[in-house]
Amino acid sequence: MTTIFGVPTQALFGQLLLGLINGSFYAILSLGLAIIFGLLNIINFAHGALYMMGAFVAWMLLTYVGLGYWWALGLAPLVVGVFGVVLERVLIARLYKLDHLYGLLLTFGIALIIQGLFRNQYGVSGLPYAIPAELSGGQRLPFMFLPNYRGWVVVASLTVCLATWLVIEKTKLGAYLRAATENPTLVQAFGVNVPLFLTLTYGFGVALAGFAGVLAAPIYSVNPNMGADIIIVVFAVVVIGGMGSIIGSVITGFALGLVEGLTKVFYPEASATVIFVIMVLVLLVKPAGLFGRTA
Amino acid sequence: MIGRFPLAKLAGALLVSAAMIGGAAAQTAVKIGVLGDRSGAYSDISGEGSVVAARLALEDFKPADKGLKVELISADHQNKPDVGAALARQWFDRDGVDMITDVVTSSVALAVNQVAKEKNKVFVDTGAGTADLTGPQCTPNTIHWVYDTVALANGTGGAMVKRGGNTWYFITADYAFGQALQRDTTNVINKSGGKVIGAVKTPFPNSDFSSSLLQAQSSGAKVIGLANAGTDTINAVKQAGEFGITEGGQALAGLLIFVSDVHSLGTKVAQGLVLTEPFYWDLNDATRAFSDRFSKQMNGKKPTANHAGVYSAVLHYLKAVAEKKSATDGAAIVAQMKAMPTDDPLFGKGTVRIDGRKMHDMYLFEVKKPAESTGPWDLYKKLETIPANEVFRALNEGGCPLVKG
Repeated sequence: MTTIFGVPTQALFGQLLLGLINGSFYAILSLGLAIIFGLLNIINFAHGALYMMGAFVAWMLLTYVGLGYWWALGLAPLVVGVFGVVLERVLIARLYKLDHLYGLLLTFGIALIIQGLFRNQYGVSGLPYAIPAELSGGQRLPFMFLPNYRGWVVVASLTVCLATWLVIEKTKLGAYLRAATENPTLVQAFGVNVPLFLTLTYGFGVALAGFAGVLAAPIYSVNPNMGADIIIVVFAVVVIGGMGSIIGSVITGFALGLVEGLTKVFYPEASATVIFVIMVLVLLVKPAGLFGRTA
Repeated sequence: MIGRFPLAKLAGALLVSAAMIGGAAAQTAVKIGVLGDRSGAYSDISGEGSVVAARLALEDFKPADKGLKVELISADHQNKPDVGAALARQWFDRDGVDMITDVVTSSVALAVNQVAKEKNKVFVDTGAGTADLTGPQCTPNTIHWVYDTVALANGTGGAMVKRGGNTWYFITADYAFGQALQRDTTNVINKSGGKVIGAVKTPFPNSDFSSSLLQAQSSGAKVIGLANAGTDTINAVKQAGEFGITEGGQALAGLLIFVSDVHSLGTKVAQGLVLTEPFYWDLNDATRAFSDRFSKQMNGKKPTANHAGVYSAVLHYLKAVAEKKSATDGAAIVAQMKAMPTDDPLFGKGTVRIDGRKMHDMYLFEVKKPAESTGPWDLYKKLETIPANEVFRALNEGGCPLVKG
């Protein structure tokens, strides 16, 4: 058997593929964070809680309404997005003129409240949510058994990330968005409703979190803490990629998933910390992040 | 000044004697602290349920009739040893707590264990797993109530080897509990002629077990031992299903699984899992009656073994305090608890051993198939009863300094 540093190549490929799958979650979540930060200048700490909400909405749709996974994939992000719009209108919009720190504190508080409410209602053990029948089973690759569902996660994540990037970089709508970020007053003078744009952007950003939540529901325990567990890593991803850089967040998300996967092969105990070590190193060398522009 | 001194002394003496007369008429004050995980990965097996269980124990004990005045407080140790130790210190020093119970999470339990000894108070642990509490770390102030890593190893580990699972691969939570569980299960496997061919440590808490499962899968071991608990175990079992572990002929051994975990997984994913517990809500009329009362206060949830343990431990502790008529000397109370046999509706008759180990039978359960289960909480069928002296570690094997010879 061929080995690299004493590790069989088969195991290595397997772990890399798994890393890519985890990277898919990092990518969608950090993409949403990057969009929100880029356009609204809000560090959205509620992102993890909204990801969790996405998974719970999927469970609720199944349990109370009888709508399965595919419905949830469309409806849950919508529900979470609408919830985000309300949050933005009622609370977050009041903070745009203040320092970043206030937005961070507010969204952190919102996250704690949402998590607390769900914990009170459903406990921490989580709720069962099965993999949809169409995607159960798996493929026996030469180096590993790949569950079909995990493959789907990578495809879905890549598609959503790519589509979002195209909309923002290549369409007129995206151009308005970017312009509104650069100089809101000027864009408003052209007759564009900037506050509405910001609200919808926030709604879209958190809808991405909701989407990731639905993707996660069949493989992770659907529990109120699931967002809190992942959000810190995702923040590290965004910081490494460069706050506000859209393509940076996606590439970094996938790349760090791979790094984490590799760590699990060579030194599993460090897999929880490796991303933060990289974050420190990147910040030392490039304080604006790998893809960030220095202001 | 000199003239006033005797007067002050007299007044003081009067006050003291008044207080003593008052004290004799009043009841013995006892304060019980339920220290658990109220928000994290273990809050369903500990948390508010433990407080409810303690309250039910008070209801049944009727302290006022026995000359006791019991107060109950609770706090969240967040699964952090430093937080747990600081809370325990504050409770003992400042808040007048006499006894701490629950304390899920081994690392926290070991920290609180030291504090209770230092302050000569009582610590009855119902939630943590590490058998070190009655081994090298045993103290005259601590009792370990519900289960421990050795019992889990003997129960589930022994059963799996007996069924032909003689090669093992561990997925272990990287902290005191996981390591103790892996160590004790490894002993059982080696003794029964099996072999451990590998292990991987995962951070705690962890949500993604795919890479560990993949390594376990490619190891070819017949049994994959999950030396973790709570949400970690739930995620691992869920993802093992996804990776077709059991379909591939490997068996999954959840070394510590509570009924709340199985409820969360659902019988479809968890069916066939073999596990060891000292309590199940549906064992007999007494456990069902207790569980109904518990459910009414807990939003329909059934009690876990830890909750049942808090109930049983508080009951036995109060019996000892009523006997001694004072809760101040922790070691004396614990000695009294060891001297009296235990008897309660949930664990039946038992004893507390000199090393602090509470002795009762454990049960080997198997998770029902979806077709066999009649409701969301109808989850286990009993495979066998393992007698206390077989499932727990022999008294002279733990290395507890309290055990002589």
